[in-house]
Amino acid sequence: MTAETVIAVEGLVKRFSAFTAVDGVSFTVGRGEVVGYLGPNGCGKTTTIRILLGLLRPTAGSASVLGFDVQRDAERIRPNVGYMSQRFALYEELTVAENLAFYAGLYGRERHDVAERVGVADRLDMRAGALSGGWRQRLALGIALVHNPPLLFLDEPTSGVDPEARRAFWDIIYDLAAEGTTVFVSTHYMDEAEHCHRLGIMNAGRLLALDAPHVLKATRVAGPAWDVSAEPLLPLLEALGRVEGVANVSLLGDHAHAVTNVGTHDAASLRAALAGVGFGDVVVREAEVTLEDVFTALAGRRV
Amino acid sequence: MFNPRLRAVIRKEFIQIVRDPRTLVLTFAMPVVQLFLLGYAATNDVRNIDLAVVDRDRTAQSRALVASYQAADYFRVRFDADSEAELRDLVDRGRARAGLIIPPGYGRRIVAGETAGVVFVIDGSDPTVASTALAAAQLTGQAEATELTVERLARRGAAAAAMAGPAIDVRTQVWYNPDLVSAYYMVPALIGLILQFLTIILTATAIVRERERGTIEQLIVTPIRPWELVVGKLTPYVVIAFIDMVEILVAGVLLFGVPINGSLPLLLVLAGLFLVTTLGIGLFISTISSTQQEATITAIFFNLPSIFLSGFFFPLAAMPPFLQLLSYAIPLRYFLIIVRGIVLKGVGAAALWPEIVALTVFAVVIMGAAALRFHKRLD
Repeated sequence: MTAETVIAVEGLVKRFSAFTAVDGVSFTVGRGEVVGYLGPNGCGKTTTIRILLGLLRPTAGSASVLGFDVQRDAERIRPNVGYMSQRFALYEELTVAENLAFYAGLYGRERHDVAERVGVADRLDMRAGALSGGWRQRLALGIALVHNPPLLFLDEPTSGVDPEARRAFWDIIYDLAAEGTTVFVSTHYMDEAEHCHRLGIMNAGRLLALDAPHVLKATRVAGPAWDVSAEPLLPLLEALGRVEGVANVSLLGDHAHAVTNVGTHDAASLRAALAGVGFGDVVVREAEVTLEDVFTALAGRRV
Repeated sequence: MFNPRLRAVIRKEFIQIVRDPRTLVLTFAMPVVQLFLLGYAATNDVRNIDLAVVDRDRTAQSRALVASYQAADYFRVRFDADSEAELRDLVDRGRARAGLIIPPGYGRRIVAGETAGVVFVIDGSDPTVASTALAAAQLTGQAEATELTVERLARRGAAAAAMAGPAIDVRTQVWYNPDLVSAYYMVPALIGLILQFLTIILTATAIVRERERGTIEQLIVTPIRPWELVVGKLTPYVVIAFIDMVEILVAGVLLFGVPINGSLPLLLVLAGLFLVTTLGIGLFISTISSTQQEATITAIFFNLPSIFLSGFFFPLAAMPPFLQLLSYAIPLRYFLIIVRGIVLKGVGAAALWPEIVALTVFAVVIMGAAALRFHKRLD
């Protein structure tokens, strides 16, 4: 983390009548960092971003962005932040160029240079409504970048976009970060979360941990992870869950994924334990701990 | 324009309007269609009421009476019924709206110098037609009676008395609209009605659309000021409203020969003031609606009663006191007085100041209320 603090949040709480969306969250983000917020839908990611943008008033706690209080000085924050909301804020009747020109105008700018940067330069005359998901996402990012903001908020920027488009998107984000842009991004995709310098794990309004993905995997999970293959799959998951020393089990594609407590198991002992409950033909391989494992370990549930 | 944010919003709004050709066509076609319909259909000029006659007398005198009803263009003698039962049947089935029953002996009584009675039946199910028919029937009958009286007096040698005429001679003069043409009254009012309908619905939905599509969130996080957003979004609709107004005025003059007696610039200025109130109402509706459908329904819910409470169709003076009181909350009420005053009477601002003050107060209050509710936050 660099010395310059761009976002500082202290004891942030947001209640909507009986529902607590954000429950006592504190963290800081430094300049040039890419910080992610990982958690299931409804865990308070969007609410946090909206508070930081001055769109919602916090119930308690304080937050400052670029040195300005989000409640008192929202208007001084706004010229210097870009925002890409979950629902891409495009005007479908307008062309790509007209959308960009409109938002540039709102920032008092005659011209902008984002079309090349986000790769929409060859589609400037297309109506935004005619764009496919990946292109809409690029245009939405272009809109957020139209005024070259030093801080960028991305709220689930790649939902509904194919993996290739998602990679291309992250290339742009890395370029921005390398140039010193700070990025705060929420997601519920594990692969996307891996891209972040630091990652916050959010569940039910609480920030459970905030650290680099590799640190989270090394410190927040009970022990080693294993990929276990056997038939039938669903009874295997159940059986694994009952094995002594197994911390948690999940389904990963066509096989089971388990985390065991440190020093309790190796591949052979897992195979033996499963053979004891009737699974003769089992393949066990040591696996990488995933962010899913981190989330499950912290939240006690899956994303 | 000097303000780039305002310019950006206005340009974007115009592009959106132009790219929605169906709404655009409706926006400019609606006033003419409405004018055509209301100008011709919404007329209180009742003419040619279908009349059925039961002439049980069949004398020269009874035929003269029927002819006098025929001559007044209020009635058109369509049926010659044989009995009262047949007359009732004709009225029941709506084929005749009024009936004249001349009893046997009518001609003999007239000739004998006695008072002869006739019965005039009116279908009261449509009060507008009925009241016109009632008045016309009495007038025509009295005219015929006066004529007969004069004839009688003349025959008795009281020529001098007959020549002297009635004791009181009431000469009526109708000012401003001497022929009482409904269109003259309706066309100016239509300007107010259409301006209101159009601006309230268009502005309410135009702003709610941003919320519905999630673009309002993006707008709020830009440095745009609330007034820039509001003025920028409303400007195109003000332009459209003025084009529509000119359209109605031109069509009113060409199609209906409506005379514009007053000052056109004054009318345009006061229409501008009226638009501030209706745009304010549209804006306010947009702040309390979350979908375009909700906004449209709310706008209609406001627009419909205001047709009746503004004095557009029915005179306010005839309404119960409670409704008259309610009408003061309807800006169209004031504008109708203004527009009818300028177009029909040719009056100036001096005669209209109470309405101008009322509209100004309304404009300030509604814009203030909308501005209080319209802030750059989501909660």
